[in-house]
Amino acid sequence: MEHQAPSILLQGIVYLGSAVLAVPVSRRIGLGSVLGYLLAGIIIGPWGLALIHDVESVLQFAEFGVVMMLFLIGLELEPGKLWNLRVPIFGLGGIQVMLTMLLVMGIGLLFHQDWRMMLVVGMGVAMSSTAIAIQTLSERGMLPQPGGQAAFSVLLFQDLAVIPLMLALTLLVPQAGMKLDWMLVARGLGLIVFIVVGGNFLLRPVLRYIANTGMREIFVAFALFLVMGVALLMQSVGLSMALGAFLAGVLLADSEYRQELELDIEPFKGLLLGLFFIAVGMSVDVGLIFRQPLLVLGLALGLVLLKIVLLFGFAKCFKQADTDSVIFALTLSQLGEFAFVIYSAAAQMHIFTPEQASLLNAVVAVSMLTTPLIMLLYSISTKHRLRPERAFDEFETHRKVIVAGYGRFGQVVSRLLNGINVAPTVIEYDPNQIEMVRRFGFKGYYGDITRPDVLEAAGIATATLLVIAIDDVEASVATAKYVQTHYPQVKILARARNRTDTYQYMELGISSVREAFHSALTVAQEALKILGFGAFQARRIAWQFQQHDEKILKEALLIRHDQQKLISHSARSRQDLSDLLHHELRQKAGDDDKDRGFDT
Amino acid sequence: MTEKSAADHLRVLIIFAHPSYETSRINRALCEAVKDLPGVTLHDLYQTYPEQLIDVPSEQALLEDCDVLILQHPLYWYSCPALMKNWIDSVLALGWAYGQDNQGKRGDALKGKSFVQVISSGGSEDVYQRGGHNNFTLAELLRPFEQTADLCDMLYRQPFLTQDLRNLDAAGINAKVEGYVQWMHDLLRGELPPLINSHHAPQADYAQQHTAKLN
Repeated sequence: MEHQAPSILLQGIVYLGSAVLAVPVSRRIGLGSVLGYLLAGIIIGPWGLALIHDVESVLQFAEFGVVMMLFLIGLELEPGKLWNLRVPIFGLGGIQVMLTMLLVMGIGLLFHQDWRMMLVVGMGVAMSSTAIAIQTLSERGMLPQPGGQAAFSVLLFQDLAVIPLMLALTLLVPQAGMKLDWMLVARGLGLIVFIVVGGNFLLRPVLRYIANTGMREIFVAFALFLVMGVALLMQSVGLSMALGAFLAGVLLADSEYRQELELDIEPFKGLLLGLFFIAVGMSVDVGLIFRQPLLVLGLALGLVLLKIVLLFGFAKCFKQADTDSVIFALTLSQLGEFAFVIYSAAAQMHIFTPEQASLLNAVVAVSMLTTPLIMLLYSISTKHRLRPERAFDEFETHRKVIVAGYGRFGQVVSRLLNGINVAPTVIEYDPNQIEMVRRFGFKGYYGDITRPDVLEAAGIATATLLVIAIDDVEASVATAKYVQTHYPQVKILARARNRTDTYQYMELGISSVREAFHSALTVAQEALKILGFGAFQARRIAWQFQQHDEKILKEALLIRHDQQKLISHSARSRQDLSDLLHHELRQKAGDDDKDRGFDT
Repeated sequence: MTEKSAADHLRVLIIFAHPSYETSRINRALCEAVKDLPGVTLHDLYQTYPEQLIDVPSEQALLEDCDVLILQHPLYWYSCPALMKNWIDSVLALGWAYGQDNQGKRGDALKGKSFVQVISSGGSEDVYQRGGHNNFTLAELLRPFEQTADLCDMLYRQPFLTQDLRNLDAAGINAKVEGYVQWMHDLLRGELPPLINSHHAPQADYAQQHTAKLN
């Protein structure tokens, strides 16, 4: 029997290989990753090397990349922040979609085209590519800027608008036998309500239960299950998958699992989004472009130019600054993946001929290629111009102190720090603990501090101090070592449970505090008071004992592996201690030698 | 020759006490200016003993290693801050710094060393005068320190004063700091401030004062 690699593995090799080859080159020459993926797609697709044929199913699968991206964006956006964006979303977004659509139709009417066909063309033109726009913005760090926020708001509205637009499409061709299905609308609304309510009340207990298993891969599995599940549910009632994922993300934005979910979904999102761009690249009908280059390129460039002018105008109407308006207009200038969906549906309904549909799809694909090039030109043109620095709100405020562990120990440390307004970032691995302190109004993040990416997300790079207060000794020491090596500027304070722990930290040159030692010392001091020593004398003895113990700890560090030496050292130390406390004991016995110099 | 070798210097130990160093203007500037000079050891009591309990043997070892003892502090209620008083009480022990303990050990560890105070005060020189706001001169108010030095057979020398702090601007502080560095260099070279023996000065009569008030 002949051995054959499963085709899914072969396809995987092709996708991964082409991405690994094309993307770094594209980024290096300043074109961004998107164009790299798109070009890789063109090269391996049916019109290039023809390594892959079934573009359609890959595109469907890869759409989960866009879904996950929206989920991650939702995670960064608490409901309150979303509410603040209502004017740009519905005002700017609504006007942009409606006016673009009508204007394209008007232009078509000037050329004596069928109004229905031109309305559908307009619908597609009004839509931008969420994937390309957001990837471009975040690669350039523009997403939190006003122009980026406006672009994001409009993209969100477009996601919402797909639903009524697809409904309108069925109204345009009543003879096609498709009716407006009110049941479907009701089910859609019902599902959104279910996601909002369920997300608020069900999701957290379930996440806590899963996190309690302590198995990372199960948490990852659940995170993926959640995103894909919500997406498929939305699709089943005809709503946008990305919108559902976005909603789920927003609902979890203020939960303690946010960071962990972000870290777990991020790599999948990156790969699938790359696959999505590759699939778009593969769907570019290069043959058609070669046959009718002027028509395809002319239409694509014309529409992109038209969109830039319109978008810039809209942004100015909404009082955006010039630079912000330009960024807004350029990033949204392409036609997007929704245009594919709308045009394909319209072709099925015979609003377009198949030729018209494939021409339009080629135009959409070419327009998507233009964005990275336009952004490159934009950055070249602005490189030498001075742009006034502006302060922007960051999604995440990184703090000076990170406290790892929110148990009995970490709580005291963070409560005191909170008391002097140096609120630390607290990270805890036990979900029950987070839930417990949450009831008292304190906030901790769920995460495993031993993981470098969690440390990174917690802001270790900009932190001044890391307090390690977790139970697991090996994990503590490993984390301390890692931070010491990779972030030498960060000071570390570790909680040690006993002498053995302390030795480990001493060898690393890291300060640690023995947790039991200090409370035991307090008990001893109280015991002395009960035995009749004065409060200050008891304190003095306890303090002298502490000094003595810390001294012999340092001495013993060097000989701790030699049992014999350790025993004789211990005997000597006991003698030293009794000499040290000699005066205090004599004083207790009534011999006031120490005070003889004073008139007591 | 740019610098003398350490062996030519006197060894100066600054025992420094300031409970709120963080907000200090003059003392912080003075400390910063001299702490790294060769021959100078700056020992900050509030930084070393936040619990106010003092490790006597290690303090005595520091003292044995110096030629000049400087007590640097702001004037608190006509005296030093509490931790420095605590330091004096615990470190200058019987049978080590003075007197003789009951094993017959003589206290002469500090004999012949110089004792100098570096003091900052808010009030100007005028308020530390007979008839002034504070009724006594600084020399009078500092007599407990003078007598402490005397009991330990140390040489009590004229203090380095920064007065009228409330009216001292940044330029004034800079000038003072420069003066302190110069003063410290002289000290290190062995050019010591003049000896003070205020017990030769006319004695203030407590009894007379008392009767005067009763009248």
